[in-house]
Amino acid sequence: MKRVYVNEKWCLGCHLCEYNCAFANSGESDMIKALRKKTVRPNIVVEQDGDINFAVSCRHCTDPICVKSCISGALSIQDGAVKVDHSKCVGCLTCVLVCPYGCIREGEHGAVQKCELCLENSCGEPACVKGCPNRAIIYEDRG
Amino acid sequence: MSSYVIIGNGAAAVGAIEGIRSADPDGKITVISKERHHVYSRPLISYLLEGKTDEERMLYRPRDFYEKNGVTVLYGETAEKLDPEKKTVALSGGKTLSYDAVCVAAGSTPFVPPIEGLDTVPKRHAFMTLDDARALEADLCPESSVLIVGAGLIGLKCAEGIIGRCKKITVCDLAPRVLSSILDAGCASYMQKKLESMGVEFLLDDTVARFDGNTAEMKSGKTVSFDVLVTAVGVRANTSLVKDAGGEVNRGIVTDEKMATSLPGVYAAGDCVEATDSTSGAKKVMAIMPLAYMQGHCAGVNMAGGSEKLDNMLPMNSIGFGGLHCMSAGSYTGECYEEKTESGIKRLYTEDNLLKGFMIIGDCDRAGIYTAMIRNKTPLDSVDFDTLKSAPALAPFGKEYRTQKLGGVV
Repeated sequence: MKRVYVNEKWCLGCHLCEYNCAFANSGESDMIKALRKKTVRPNIVVEQDGDINFAVSCRHCTDPICVKSCISGALSIQDGAVKVDHSKCVGCLTCVLVCPYGCIREGEHGAVQKCELCLENSCGEPACVKGCPNRAIIYEDRG
Repeated sequence: MSSYVIIGNGAAAVGAIEGIRSADPDGKITVISKERHHVYSRPLISYLLEGKTDEERMLYRPRDFYEKNGVTVLYGETAEKLDPEKKTVALSGGKTLSYDAVCVAAGSTPFVPPIEGLDTVPKRHAFMTLDDARALEADLCPESSVLIVGAGLIGLKCAEGIIGRCKKITVCDLAPRVLSSILDAGCASYMQKKLESMGVEFLLDDTVARFDGNTAEMKSGKTVSFDVLVTAVGVRANTSLVKDAGGEVNRGIVTDEKMATSLPGVYAAGDCVEATDSTSGAKKVMAIMPLAYMQGHCAGVNMAGGSEKLDNMLPMNSIGFGGLHCMSAGSYTGECYEEKTESGIKRLYTEDNLLKGFMIIGDCDRAGIYTAMIRNKTPLDSVDFDTLKSAPALAPFGKEYRTQKLGGVV
């Protein structure tokens, strides 16, 4: 299936992916309205290692330990993607405790938030990839 | 066609069903469920009383789960006797089931403390099942004073769940601190203060000497008046089925890396088993839901003729009260690195070039990176641990690791 992959030598560290992610998942149609005067809470985070930058988001693991560990049944695999049912999640953060990549975060309304590849929001494909100016993240099928 | 029997209907049972189905799409699966409920998440009963979930949303798997997986559930039945030679399970209702492989996922039972006069208490409850939660709820009113015996995970989650529905909550515990099974004194005090700020009162290092109706006389000489009593002093693994059949049992049912018991064709998973803590090498009961699922899954795969091993289990917990989160994992041995802030604390334990365990109160962001280091036994000299100490991240793992994890399928 298609996932988001990182090409760290191309990453400029511009953090645009973070803003595009937060906007795509905000439910707003205007970026200014969605992000202005708000703490941006993206599902993709740019890390830095010296001169190198790279963006980290859910790997949609083939055998996801977060899904196995979820105590409420809120996390599940749907067509290969790891999704969270916000109405079932009680925010116990057991998934945060087990994700080896640190890609699930506490959300604003008591449930966790994570990358769901923008498949069901207005973007329809990963907004982070779509807006990346240097192809440092790509959305493709590598098996 | 193979026949599988699963004794129990919790997270371990679901793991076993999904494990069996990953290896055998056709075999017959029968689940024996003492509770007359579709599988739900037991830890969510406190959230139910708090109003943060409801019976439909707290289902651990969707309503069509059994049907989709071709599972027959026998509700209201218990397994009375296991015969590993004849490969049969005798049920409370009189039926006998034959199996090719069985998974004992019978869970645990709340331990009732042997306190004098306990039977004189008119309203007393355990806090383990959905029915327990409903029964407790029925006894509560806005004027109720509640005494909870036990300041562990269950007792404190119960307190959080009902705090808005009663007048007063007192929690007592023999231990000098709250959450004594997962936190040391320094970390526990943060959680205690949080709960106190929410209105919970504590009587620690103290226990009930005797009950007389609605009064508890404490060992310290204090007396506590209450309307409703909750006992949450711990649970005991349900081992008798395997023990009576001649299987090896300690505090839990003894299992190997494949979740097989000492009896042929008999597997076990979840709160009723004893398994190896990979961070200490000790065999112990690690009654936590993620492990129950993983053990069940492993048992299921092996029951169906597949091959799965679980050799990286570790105790771990994530729990929060009033928005203050607390995470713990592994063993607290070796050298301790500590970081304190106003709102929290982090303690990392390292030994023999490995991260062995941690406790974090407050900022738990990306803590799973630490848990994975413990689980995978990542050598500390292979990463930039000084950077990792202050904040979990992937950068300190180096380029090769990142290329593999962020550039490939994992």
